[in-house]
Order: sequence, then C-alpha cells, then structure tokens
Amino acid sequence: MINILEVNETNNMIEQEKLDVRTITLGISLLDCVDASLDALNQKIYAKITRLARNLVSTGREIELEYGIPIVNKRISVTPIALIAGPACSTPDDFVSIAQTLDKAAADMGVNFIGGYSAIVSKGMTRTDELLIRSIPLALSATERVCSSVNIGSTKTGINMDAVRLMGEIVKETAEATKEQNSLGCAKLVVFCNAPDDNPFMAGAFHGISEADAVIHVGVSGPGVVKHALESVRGKDFEILCETVKKTAFKVTRVGQLVAQVASERLGIPFGIVDLSLAPTPSVGDSVAEILEEMGLESVGAPGTTAALALLNDQVKKGGVMASSFVGGLSGAFIPVSEDQGMIDAVIRGSLTLEKLEAMTCVCSVGLDMIAIPGKTPASTIAGIIADEAAIGMINQKTTAVRLIPVIGKDVGDMVEFGGLLGHAPVQQVNTFDCSKFINRGGRIPAPIHSFKN
Amino acid sequence: MSKTIITVVGKDTVGIIAKVCTYLANNQINVEDISQTIVQGYFNMMMIVDTDRSSKPFSEMVTDLDVLGDEIGVKIRCQREDIFTKMHRI
Repeated sequence: MINILEVNETNNMIEQEKLDVRTITLGISLLDCVDASLDALNQKIYAKITRLARNLVSTGREIELEYGIPIVNKRISVTPIALIAGPACSTPDDFVSIAQTLDKAAADMGVNFIGGYSAIVSKGMTRTDELLIRSIPLALSATERVCSSVNIGSTKTGINMDAVRLMGEIVKETAEATKEQNSLGCAKLVVFCNAPDDNPFMAGAFHGISEADAVIHVGVSGPGVVKHALESVRGKDFEILCETVKKTAFKVTRVGQLVAQVASERLGIPFGIVDLSLAPTPSVGDSVAEILEEMGLESVGAPGTTAALALLNDQVKKGGVMASSFVGGLSGAFIPVSEDQGMIDAVIRGSLTLEKLEAMTCVCSVGLDMIAIPGKTPASTIAGIIADEAAIGMINQKTTAVRLIPVIGKDVGDMVEFGGLLGHAPVQQVNTFDCSKFINRGGRIPAPIHSFKN
Repeated sequence: MSKTIITVVGKDTVGIIAKVCTYLANNQINVEDISQTIVQGYFNMMMIVDTDRSSKPFSEMVTDLDVLGDEIGVKIRCQREDIFTKMHRI
C-alpha cells in the first residue's frame, strides 16, 4: 500500500518543483476532408476538428482536478495542410483561408495552439507545398493560434537546399509581417530535419500520415523535479548522477503515461505516445539550464555543457522508456532560450553563444529554439543556419529544428518580450560572414552514407 | 474502483481530523486507513478512502475539501490513488 512519504514526495514534486503534464495533444487526420471546393474543404475541416476535440479541454480539466496534476496545455495537431489542400487551393490567399479555419476551430475548442500548417519537402516541393510555404507569413500574421512547420530534410532523403533557401526568406518575411508584435510569427514557425509524425509539442506538432484517424499524445515535463533530485547528490560521481536522473525521469514519465491512458479512455480516442521531454518554462525553478548548472557548471555554455546535456538527454530517455508503453515525439531535453530563465541569464552573462547552442543541439532533443537574432540578419544567413542544423540532424539520424526570431528593429543586446510561455530573450550575435553563394547554388544535398561511421 | 488519497497539511490545531471525518461521513465516504505525523509543528495526514458509495461527484468532493481546508487553515488535497501507485510502484 502507498505510504505517506511517497504521497508527500509526489505532491512536493507538483507543488514545489513544478511537475506538470505539459500538453495533451489530440492529433486529427484531415485526409478525409479533401475536396475540390475551398468552401467545402474549410467546412469539413472545421466540422471534423470540432467534432473530435469537443471534450478535449473539459476532459483535461477533469483529470487535473481528480489527480491533482496540472495539465498546462491542451492542443490539437492536424495532417500537414499541404497534403490535403492541393485540389482546392491555387493561390496563397486560398491557403490563408484554411489557416483561418484552423484558428477559429482552435479558438472555439478553447485550445491555445493548433499545429499542422505544414509541408514535408525533404526531397522536393510540389506546387501545393510551395504555395503553402509562400503563404506562411500571411497565415501567421492573420491568425493567433496556428503553428506552422516545414520539414526540409531527412537522413533518408538528404537536404532540399531549394527549400532551405526559401525558408530563410519565409522566416524573414514572417518576421516583417508580425513586426508590430516583436516578430512573434517566427515563434510559431519551425524548420525541421527528420520531423517526427507524432510530436505533441508546439510549434512543430503535426499529425503525420503514419498516424491513425485520431490519437492522444502526451508531453511530460519536469526540469524542476530533476534539478531538485540532483541537489541531493552534489559532488557524487557520474554513476550516481546518472542513476538519479534516470529514476526521476521514470517517475515523471509514469505520470504522463497515466494521464495519457485516462485521457484516451475518457475521450474514446486511442493513445499514441508519451513524449519524454524536459520542457522548461520561463518561471524560476523550471529550467533545463539550471539542471546543467546543478551538475557543476558555473554557467550554461561553459566547457562541459555539451557532455552534461548529452548525459541528461540520454538518462531521461533511459528512465522514461521503461515508464511508458509507447514513447515517441521529440523525447529528450529541450533547450529553448527565451523559454528558459537559466538560458536567458547565461546569454546575458556572455557564457552562451549561438555557436555553443549549435553544438548542444547535436545531443539535445531538437535544435536551435526560440533564439532572438538581429532583425537585419539576411535571409541567406538564416538559411545557412538552417542548413547547418539540418546537416547535424541528417548525419546523426536525429530530429533537429530551427526556430529563430529575427526581431525587426532590434539589435544585439536588446531584450525582446514574447509573452506567456514563449518568454523573453536577449537578441544574440550572429556570425556576419556571408554564405549567400553557398545557399544560392540550389538543388539538393544527397542522403548520407550509413557506413564508415567516424 | 480505485481508492482515493486525501492529504491534509498545515499548522496543527484542534479538531482537524474531526472536521475532515465529519465531511466524509456525511457523504458516505469510508475511511480505510489513516497515517499522521507532526513535522516541525506542521500537521501532516494521509487518509486512504473509498468513495464508491459517495453521494457526490469526485470533482465536487475535491472542491468541497479545498474549501473546508481554507476554513480550518490547512491544505486539503483529494486525489485518485493511481497517480501515487503509478509513480512509486512498478
């Protein structure tokens, strides 16, 4: 039988160490909504989302209340819109009307973000893919809750450098289109390599074609719980450090698995996966950077940071995998800058640079995330950063992503406020040497060889 | 049906258990186990209860106990047992 110490441990994790379930994400396939008429397509999309997601928020609240665990976000992901919009859309404006339908459905269901305004162009772009991509700046400025992502490469296909060049321009145009809100549109736009089909976390969530008609995915969190556990093993060797992270990750993930099962049962929608991520928020004590510093770094970015992050990421997976029957999504430690107070402080202190963040993305769960850069950064430089990040993902067979915010009108050292969970960030220095001749070559980088691993 | 865990944490005062138990009795909730300690003057109690015959929906009970806690000056939480067993038992 459960005892008072165990009950207190769990409740302390929730109350003092900010343990929460970060998101319940309902993935919905829109493949059966395809129609040659734009009006009919929009109607079918709205009807399907609102039919399946009707009880999502209320069920989430019920679970929060009964189990005493906060569920921070309830969200929806849909089939990449580029896959379903072809017959009905012939201009970027047509696509924007779909974004507005998604926005309205999300608002009416009470969810704060809906993901899937996406295109998968790892090898080549169809006309529909390109139209959707070109509509992203307008779509993100005309909507509030819609999130967009574009997959421009994979280990199997190589990197579509035409798409990389285009995305450099699109990120820049999105920043311009939302410059009144500190270029906030870019916080809702992710450029991926090896994007997973079942990611529950925004802004990169979409419902991949390998998924069922509707599924429930859950993203856990809990950097504060890991940090607290590590405080009790200060000065101990790496074996003990790793064991502590692993055990903590197990406990955190079990809560996610429970919530996923209960939500799936109550909504009558199959359970997909638990995403074992340590997802920070801007509040103090909910930071991945603080975990790395607790391991013994003076400030994140110091030598040793990549090793510390690698072991954290690996132990989180080792602990979490046993706690859940199905693990997926991005699973690992997120290192967004603006959403993590420890990262923000490290940038201000001068210990964390863009180049060190790039090195960290080789071992973290995703990539360069929520980083504010000067608004004057050229599109080709942004494309160069995307290409670098995609290359890391392609070669290392992992998901990488870029979510950069070139904040129009701001320069290095300025602070930018994005609000809420998106946080705030100091504008960071970007290498100013030119890469436009490289980016403008066009074409594809071939898929990598899978032998001779050195 | 799974069990429910009620925890009460706060400054020790006369009649905490009595008030909580009165509420439970009035709502047909059976107490199966109680453990209690005082840590640095703070009252810390855990009850395992069976709500199968309770006259109230679970969510209402959570809210009622929260309000009762405010009246007594302690924090009362009422949670389904699964969250603890899943976390601490393989």
